Amino acid sequence: MFDTLKSRIYQGNQAIPDIEKAVIDEKFRGLPLISTHNCSNCSNCISVCPTNAINHGLSIDLGKCIFCGDCERECPTNTIKFTDFYKISSTSRENLIVYSNTTQEAYKATAIKSSEQIKKIFGRSLKLRQVSAGGCNGCEMELNACSNVNFDMGRFGIDIVASPRHADGIIITGPITENMATALEDAYLSTPDPKVIILVGACAISGGIFKNSDAIKRDFLEKYKIDLYIPGCPIHPLTFINGLLSFLK
Amino acid sequence: MKWIISKNNQVISLNEIPILNINGLRNEIIKQYRTQKRVIGFFGCVEYSNIRLYVILADDKKSELLISSARFAAGEKSYPSITKDIPAFHLFEREFYEEFGIEPFGHPWLKPVRHSKNKFDKTQKIENYPFFKMEGEEVHEVAVGPIHAGIIEPGHFRFMCNGEKVYHLEIQLGYQHRGVEFLFENSNRFMPHLAESITGDTVIGHTVAYSNAMEALINLKISDKSELIRVIALELERVAVHIGDLGAISNDIAYIMGSSVFGATRTLIINTLLSICGSRFGRGLIRVGGVTCDIDNKLAEIISTTLDKVLKDVERMTDTMFSSASVISRLEKTGTLSKEKAQGIGLVGISSRASGLSLDTRIDHPWGWYKNMFFDKEIIESGDVFARTSIRYKEIKQSIIIIKEILSQLQNHDNDVLLIETKNSLPVNGMVISIVEGWRGEIVHVALTNNENGIFRYKIKDASFNNWYGLALSVRNNGISDFPLCNKSFNLSYCGNDL
Repeated sequence: MFDTLKSRIYQGNQAIPDIEKAVIDEKFRGLPLISTHNCSNCSNCISVCPTNAINHGLSIDLGKCIFCGDCERECPTNTIKFTDFYKISSTSRENLIVYSNTTQEAYKATAIKSSEQIKKIFGRSLKLRQVSAGGCNGCEMELNACSNVNFDMGRFGIDIVASPRHADGIIITGPITENMATALEDAYLSTPDPKVIILVGACAISGGIFKNSDAIKRDFLEKYKIDLYIPGCPIHPLTFINGLLSFLK
Repeated sequence: MKWIISKNNQVISLNEIPILNINGLRNEIIKQYRTQKRVIGFFGCVEYSNIRLYVILADDKKSELLISSARFAAGEKSYPSITKDIPAFHLFEREFYEEFGIEPFGHPWLKPVRHSKNKFDKTQKIENYPFFKMEGEEVHEVAVGPIHAGIIEPGHFRFMCNGEKVYHLEIQLGYQHRGVEFLFENSNRFMPHLAESITGDTVIGHTVAYSNAMEALINLKISDKSELIRVIALELERVAVHIGDLGAISNDIAYIMGSSVFGATRTLIINTLLSICGSRFGRGLIRVGGVTCDIDNKLAEIISTTLDKVLKDVERMTDTMFSSASVISRLEKTGTLSKEKAQGIGLVGISSRASGLSLDTRIDHPWGWYKNMFFDKEIIESGDVFARTSIRYKEIKQSIIIIKEILSQLQNHDNDVLLIETKNSLPVNGMVISIVEGWRGEIVHVALTNNENGIFRYKIKDASFNNWYGLALSVRNNGISDFPLCNKSFNLSYCGNDL
């Protein structure tokens, strides 16, 4: 008993005090910025990208990007630079595309636009059901980390619940395998209205590294409206929590 | 000659591999099993419109791999099952049957493995799995999944119970099947990114296995410093997951103190990986040809200090936890898997060592820098949840010692190139077997190349493939409420099985 209390005192308070201003290691690959001044049009970045996230004229689609950093390393002119800016969630698919004139401020200003209705209904409490549909366990582990003592997402009224019937929406991870497609739709239909859909990670948003597999089946995403996109491979807890907070506030 | 003998990461020519008839091969396998060999590969592929079955046995004492094969004629649709004599083949034979439709006659449990996209019987649906049925007035079934209560991958568990007591658990997997092997086979470039996503909790393990295989095929020797950094990364991954598991086990017995403290301590380790390579799971670090990021003296110092703190915190928390009678009473004699059963079904990795088996491929089939290292296998005999918990604690301590030792060696290799670029192409008709001991256990990657310098078959076996059945056996005669605890003590991968 005393040992337990001593451990508790020794550990102190582990929670990140201000989650919106949390500092992340500078090595972290968050929002990529493109400066085409010196670009020699060698196309190294395009050919090295494993998910075809980079387009000619230079734009990077964060919905496809797995943040491997290969393009940055292969670029002879430092045209692509990953920054440690982690607030990269967005409510629109188009907004996830970063162009050569995109700045951190510009990205931030347009990334999240949510409705008054969502703020009113879910602003103070949001319960979500997570469905892994082919997720490799990377995004799943980071979603679990959101509720650990460091990130402590519960303090903002956001929780992951066991039953879709108790949920205000679903979080999807993974590229949606054919074998999981029915169960995913069942879970969504079991969630009472009004409800949101949140796509977490490159696999869910675009199929990611698995998009050319014929074992995946993504027509669920065409049927229903997606409310929030959280890019990453896997997502970082700070990206997820801050994305939700901006979505709800 | 009935077998060709190879080693971990040694390239052999496909033409050298003996081709027997299936009955001959079956007898040979049974003969080899009498001298402690163990199956690590059993898979088919289509060659010249015939189906050829490759078998790889490991000789753990001699660090050797025995390879042989059998070719099936067009009309040959069955053979006498090996599982009847050697239970460890049960899942391998099911997998071969699912993909090629050649029936292991007399197999006691011939059911789907993962509802693979290239299954021979396309009419089979994942919804129609033939579950085992038990009958009796007091017997009832509990069905769980594919979607579980927490943030966890999908799989279906069917418990056959009498009251609280589990008679039998049947585990149906396949929901995570993404066609990983075909993606490797259809690619004309190196795919380390795909290897990183085979199972996201074993990024380093699988990517090292993949890179070792490719480097062997293109005959590339990476620098010593890259090898050292790969060891550091692999052991950091082991430490991180093991600490996370101690937290998860604490959580499942409502020991919230442990859950919180181990969770916070794990964060220190994965943030160390972040400061090395920009990803908390080591993504982007391992590439064919070496590693992408350096560990300089300053970073080595920081890592070393972090590890000291982690070791202190883990020791402190584990001591407190293990001295609590209410903790021990939940862990001891729960989910016991005997050594005989573990050996019989071919358990591998940390769970096998907790049941008293002496299996650790870092020592049995060393690769890279592990060839220069000396340490002992951590083995516990009791096979219960407590054994699987304590072995994690032991391995955390052992891995931290290993990492600190390797960190001190880094500066001797300051001038090494981290990532070697090469234009070497894959060999014609070659085969390589790459084994890595991930935190969960043995990872086996096998690559076969065709006569156009491309990979025509890429076979992956995660430790989970061997171990899921071990979980099913361990919960027999336990209370159903102890299932989550047993499950966490194995911590198996769904996508590592489903691929």
